[in-house]
Amino acid sequence: MTDVALPTYKAKDFASDQDVRWCPGCGDYAVLTAMKKMAANLGPKKEDFVFVSGIGCAARFPYYMDTYGAHSIHGRAPAFATGVKIANPELEIFLVSGDGDLLSIGGNHTMHALRRNIDINIVLLNNKIYGLTKGQYSPTSEVGKVTNSTPYGSLDEPLNPITLALASGGTFVARSFDVDVKGLTSLIHRGAKHKGTSFIEVYQDCNVFNHQTWFYATQKDSRAENTVALEQGKPLIFGEQNDKGIRRSGDTVEIVTLGDEFSEADLLVHDESNLAQAFLLSQLYHPEFPEPIGVFYIDDSRPSYDDQLFEQIHEVVESKGEGDLQKLITGSNTWTVE
Amino acid sequence: MTATEIPPESTTNPSDDAKVKVLPSVSVRFCGDSGDGMQLTGSHFTDEVALAGNDFSTAPDFPAEIRAPRGTTFGVSGYQVQFASSEIHTPGDLVNALVAMNPAGFKTNLEYVEPGGIVIVNEDEFTKSNLKKCGYEDGYNPLDDEVINASYKICKVPMSRLTRESLVREEEDISVKDIDRCRNMFALGIISWLYSREIDSTIAKLQHYFGKIKNKPEIAALNERAIKAGYYFGETAEFFPSQYEVAPAKLKAGEYRRISGNEAIVLGLTTASTKMHTPLVYASYPITPASDVLHGLARLKQFEIRTFQAEDEIAAVMIAIGASFAGLLGVTGTSGPGLALKSEAIGLAVMMELPLIVVNIQRAGPSTGMPTKTEQSDLLQTMFGRPGECPVIVVAASSPGNCFHMAIEAVRLSVRAMCPVIFLSEGGLGNAAEPWLIPDISTIPDIVVKRPAVTDEDYLPYKRDAVTGGRPWATPGTPGLEHRVGGLEKQDGTGDVSYDHENHALMTKYRAEKITKLQEVIPEIEVAGDSDTLILGWGGTRGSILTATTMLQERDINVATAHLHYINPFPKNLGEVLKQYKTIIIPEMNSGQLAMLIRSKFLVDATSICNLHGRSFFADELANEIEVAMNGGEA
Repeated sequence: MTDVALPTYKAKDFASDQDVRWCPGCGDYAVLTAMKKMAANLGPKKEDFVFVSGIGCAARFPYYMDTYGAHSIHGRAPAFATGVKIANPELEIFLVSGDGDLLSIGGNHTMHALRRNIDINIVLLNNKIYGLTKGQYSPTSEVGKVTNSTPYGSLDEPLNPITLALASGGTFVARSFDVDVKGLTSLIHRGAKHKGTSFIEVYQDCNVFNHQTWFYATQKDSRAENTVALEQGKPLIFGEQNDKGIRRSGDTVEIVTLGDEFSEADLLVHDESNLAQAFLLSQLYHPEFPEPIGVFYIDDSRPSYDDQLFEQIHEVVESKGEGDLQKLITGSNTWTVE
Repeated sequence: MTATEIPPESTTNPSDDAKVKVLPSVSVRFCGDSGDGMQLTGSHFTDEVALAGNDFSTAPDFPAEIRAPRGTTFGVSGYQVQFASSEIHTPGDLVNALVAMNPAGFKTNLEYVEPGGIVIVNEDEFTKSNLKKCGYEDGYNPLDDEVINASYKICKVPMSRLTRESLVREEEDISVKDIDRCRNMFALGIISWLYSREIDSTIAKLQHYFGKIKNKPEIAALNERAIKAGYYFGETAEFFPSQYEVAPAKLKAGEYRRISGNEAIVLGLTTASTKMHTPLVYASYPITPASDVLHGLARLKQFEIRTFQAEDEIAAVMIAIGASFAGLLGVTGTSGPGLALKSEAIGLAVMMELPLIVVNIQRAGPSTGMPTKTEQSDLLQTMFGRPGECPVIVVAASSPGNCFHMAIEAVRLSVRAMCPVIFLSEGGLGNAAEPWLIPDISTIPDIVVKRPAVTDEDYLPYKRDAVTGGRPWATPGTPGLEHRVGGLEKQDGTGDVSYDHENHALMTKYRAEKITKLQEVIPEIEVAGDSDTLILGWGGTRGSILTATTMLQERDINVATAHLHYINPFPKNLGEVLKQYKTIIIPEMNSGQLAMLIRSKFLVDATSICNLHGRSFFADELANEIEVAMNGGEA
């Protein structure tokens, strides 16, 4: 970074001239608001932002940001974003797409972006449904989901994005939800500052095809009972009265009520560097457990793919010198015809 | 080509030995188990003929199985080389000499030997169990077969025993395994003597490789002893009717190297990247026969080349498109099945109007088909295999060395039109090798990239260049030019999403037109020869067509030939040229795909000659088929 004073932005500087075409009331609007706020304060210049997406409602996202953007094809945004990053590592790349795009048709690419730890930021808008194709069940839909394509209920077990990200070697794995614009803004900001892939699952309401599916976790009246905030070094406490906690119990966890029998000292303390614990927390499901919101896991020690790539190129240039094209073309095994 | 003997007195005799016969050309095939080192043996021999000043052409023939069970017919690996005292274009049809290291190689390769040809076998490997392994009947040994012995000059050499006897030293502790591994060098020694090629350069290379690089001087010494032993064996055994010589070819003066098609692509892409002052991103998924391009480029990081082994074919092309979006030269490489997987993404690049090079080294299909065998059957897939009206630029290389030039052309056209190029090569070109006059890089023109300026107030993402029809290539990081691209239809000029009917028709027209405009910057097609019959070819059939044409001339049949390197767009004058001929014959290694294009585009009748054997045309077979076609189908 140079010492030249960076321009200061307001969120609206990042709004493109395009009319936003999501359904009124869609959870995506809140994410867009959060994203623009985040972008205004993150640091890079506007021209250094690139928004990439696949296909789906969420994938329209790049059109609404006044930055460089690419609305690619179904499922392949992680690969496109990877190409952009290795071409120009100075760029700040955000990949915004949905659960169908990133976990179904694009599951493979999501997994590989995570394991490579390429320095991009993936924001997965999870509404547990296919919206753009008008309401089929998605890879995160619950078993038994009745949709046009599954009139007798879906049979497949849902995929857990957080567990998948952890298992794939993700180095920044977090969860948030659409209406928490403030929390989302700071979480994406934190993810963007992380060197390596940041992966944020956002509970997002599709108010047309899967309305209220996340309301247990996102609405003010039920949030406290059904979610637990993950804060580094703090015990896992939740509930309207902050009277419940999560305690380790053998290989798993249990909910305890704070009071005579259990105190805060008995509770699980969140440790963002503990992969096993992050995995355990990713397996907490409503309604048996409150669902964790926040950063599950961070590993700052792993270098990003792009850093390693450029390090390798640098080392080769150091050892071999800059390429001599004529020498390369000529090779080492020649003969002369008189 | 079949070698014809020329009396020794007609040319310079390099040896005092009167038994040396001079031949205009010779083809040799080495075959054996895939672990026998046949590719290496053939490669060393090719270097020897190159140093002797011959023109040459090689073709490997190997199985898809890496190490099939030893001694089986499906584990046989072969390498054919033709070398000549004049210009040649193919590795030859039937060979003058075959070296078979085992019965399986003998069994599968005997059909490639000319009648009366020399067949040198490692007799020691023709054991009862080995013969059984490759399916010979119990009690039968083909080396004792009277018909076979009458048809070929079978030379039974106990190579295993001779190699052991000449390599074992009492004072040395060398494993039998290491000694047996040198049998291929013993065989190379025999062939080198038979065709009067120097072995010094091969010895130097063995010393360098085993001695210096692998730090195993003892193995280098073994190999040296083996090749010398084979050479002296040839000299003293009086096994062969004669020793042969092929005089140097009169090639254009200059410095040469050997090059395969895949090596030429690596060098061509690297040159293009240098000439456009833009780093190259090559993303690929391993696939036969294209992987060598990835391997080659991966070693060139000192040229700022970024290679990426992607998780699949689709990711590979998307990474390349992402790189192009970011302003670099995005390239991906694959073969037919991979091209099918990439088709949707290529459509994205067509919509985004970005440069993209897709190298397709065709193999025999459909589906997995025959990965190590060659074909030209992806032409129509390349032209049309995408959803929607989705034209791309299509170029095709005609020889290993030509891959260099066409790779540069692919980049030049892609950048100019802001449009993907599919660059067609073939397995047969990718792995084949020929002498290559090393180009002077300073004579290759720059590839000019015009990037819109920050200050361009009229900038619009889809505002086209009046001459080229391409849109401006504004790249992330440039202030003030922020824009969004994607697969949805674009509004002319602004590039905003548009569902307008008139606009869609207009944009469809623009996307096709900018490719047609390239006709102004590609060479017109040239015709060689005078006849009312035109042989029109494309891609890797060029060598077979030229050789067949020469054969026809020897039969007093004249044909004109023309070869297409640009398929979309076709050269501007192609239609006019085709009209001048009474008969148009199109030989291709598919069921008539170019013929279909030519017929539909120019409404001319064209006769197809189709080869679907998964190998190149034999020139002799092609000449015969052309003759038949000229007679209206009558033999």
